[in-house]
Amino acid sequence: MSTETKRELTYLEAVREAMVQEMRLDKEVFLIGEDVGIYGGAFGVSKGMIEEFGPERVRDTPISEAAIAGAATGAALMGMRPIMEIMFMDFLTISMNQLVNAAAKMRFMFGGKCSIPMVIRAPSGSGTGAAAQHSQSLEAWFVNVPGIKVVAPSSPYDAKGLLTAAIRDNNPVLFMEHKLLYRLKGPVPEESYCIPLQSAEVKREGRDLTIVAYSIMVPRAMEAAEKLAAEGIEVEVVDPRCLKPLDAETIIRSVSKTSRVLITHEAPLTGGFGGELAAVIAGSEAFDYLDAPIRRLAGLNVPIPYNRTLERAAVPQVEDIVAAARALALEGK
Amino acid sequence: MASDNVTIEDSEDLMTKLKNKVDKVIVSGSQQLLNTLPREKLAWMLQRMCEIRYFEEKAEDLYVRGLVHGTMHLSIGQEAGSVGSIATLKPEDLIIHHHRGHGHTIAKGANLTTMFAEFLGKEAGYCRGRGGSMHIADISGGNLGATGVVGGGIPTAVGIALALQMRRSEQILLSYFGDGASNEGEFHESLNMASIWKLPVVFICDNNQYGMSMNVKKAMNIENISTRASSYGIPGKTVDGNDVLAVYEAVMAAGEYARSGKGPSLIDCLSYRWRGHSKSDRNLYRTPQEIDEWKHKCPIRRFKQVLLDAAVMTGDEVEAIDQAAKVAIDRAAEEALTFPEPSPENMEDEVYAL
Repeated sequence: MSTETKRELTYLEAVREAMVQEMRLDKEVFLIGEDVGIYGGAFGVSKGMIEEFGPERVRDTPISEAAIAGAATGAALMGMRPIMEIMFMDFLTISMNQLVNAAAKMRFMFGGKCSIPMVIRAPSGSGTGAAAQHSQSLEAWFVNVPGIKVVAPSSPYDAKGLLTAAIRDNNPVLFMEHKLLYRLKGPVPEESYCIPLQSAEVKREGRDLTIVAYSIMVPRAMEAAEKLAAEGIEVEVVDPRCLKPLDAETIIRSVSKTSRVLITHEAPLTGGFGGELAAVIAGSEAFDYLDAPIRRLAGLNVPIPYNRTLERAAVPQVEDIVAAARALALEGK
Repeated sequence: MASDNVTIEDSEDLMTKLKNKVDKVIVSGSQQLLNTLPREKLAWMLQRMCEIRYFEEKAEDLYVRGLVHGTMHLSIGQEAGSVGSIATLKPEDLIIHHHRGHGHTIAKGANLTTMFAEFLGKEAGYCRGRGGSMHIADISGGNLGATGVVGGGIPTAVGIALALQMRRSEQILLSYFGDGASNEGEFHESLNMASIWKLPVVFICDNNQYGMSMNVKKAMNIENISTRASSYGIPGKTVDGNDVLAVYEAVMAAGEYARSGKGPSLIDCLSYRWRGHSKSDRNLYRTPQEIDEWKHKCPIRRFKQVLLDAAVMTGDEVEAIDQAAKVAIDRAAEEALTFPEPSPENMEDEVYAL
């Protein structure tokens, strides 16, 4: 992290600041979604924005996710830069036709003669007791659709820099905001800045194994690394930050150095993005350096349950990462 | 009929009355238009209708000859809908349409050769051979493209119209879809949203009476699709979609309504497709008699007769327009056939904008 700033913001405030600064800079940027106006968004991300920008640019909508996605897609087709907020990532299921069949494909399908510069902000993940329809992490679906980019920041600093880059990007960008990260505090410079998409970051250096983690799994992996350090196991944590396009190079370099890799995410294991990461690593020069099989630690193949104990058990927690990383560090030794 | 002050006992009767009240009558074109529209405009309308008909007949011919990869959806018999509505537009106005969209594209002023090139999958086509018949767009010409998912263009239309409104543009948008699309959830969400924001868009239902094989009468329990407008608090009208002047009149009024900031409306353009849904269709769901009946209502022949009866044109003039369209189509197809194929190299580089 390059910042020298002492100012701290929450992840939620960092997201808001990126939007506010971009909206001040470019009048074509606007926010559209359910209850984003006077209510300030279901999670309070857009609180205060309607006061500065008015109801036209901080636009409340009826509960119509398909039309919200269409409104963003059409406005983007016209050259505006809409930011659509979906209240829960789960509700993107209702927006899919516009996002997958329209926004993602228009550029290519129309021979490269248009572009769709829009951001889809989607609160994702479990841990809030919201059960099966308000807790999903659907990144793998979108990663598999040519034409959409997928970003999943893990810190306030990354959230602001990546969202600024996403708003300025000339393509549809899915921006995943983990609900449990909203209150996370960290240093965020006041001035506007961009973190280029397709730039992974080594969040912690270590020699014994690499953990590839994104979104909520990054703070969990960092905590696990701290615990393992006490045992003498030095973990390197790499955060891809942007899943698509993927900065494979940084991941491959790390795995080539440590010779062991654990991939972790909250979404269910089967068909999850971890499979893609594993394949990228296995197909690279890092394969020659591997001292143990590539391991994945992901969500169970279950809908997210309501009960606190069950919900916790459905996705990797710090202790699960510690156990998996420890076993991998010792595997074959 | 007054429906106020009714008692609970009358409720069933009241509902019937209300239903009849909102089912609008089908509107026909007025003779007056023939006197007010410039002759050049009327000639332009006939020319476009003929071009669409000949384009699609040629497209079918190319397909039968094995020169076309993929499928196509022909709008033969529906030419009055696309031409009558687009004739009301100013050059800078916009359209977004659907898989049966050759007519809208030609009416909006597409280059016929570039269109055939796209149909044939050539690099010189509107979408460089990436879209094909189902996805022809001419962005710089104000044709924002055809979507192949039924109803899929309607939410996008909300966004286009929203951008026009936010930019205080004078332009309006025509958003086309079929009768089948009006049963999609996207239709409902979009018309409602466009209504509450009073967006400058006219929703036009190209009602050819079949969603693939399903007749509208089986697919919905209302007489006219335009009655759905009342759910969104917008004007709705069903017009004779084989009468190009009736379409013109209705869409002109709806366009002025949108232009003046009053918001969207819904025009149900009742017509019929002579051909099957697509190339796989064997017309098992309708009778040859039904198809013949509608062929007798041919919108082009009808418009020609109207022009002759009103002495706007002579028979020779009408035929000259028809023949010129045929020649233009033949020439365009011939030229497009000679164009090179696109190269599969670097395809992945085109997916994202820089």
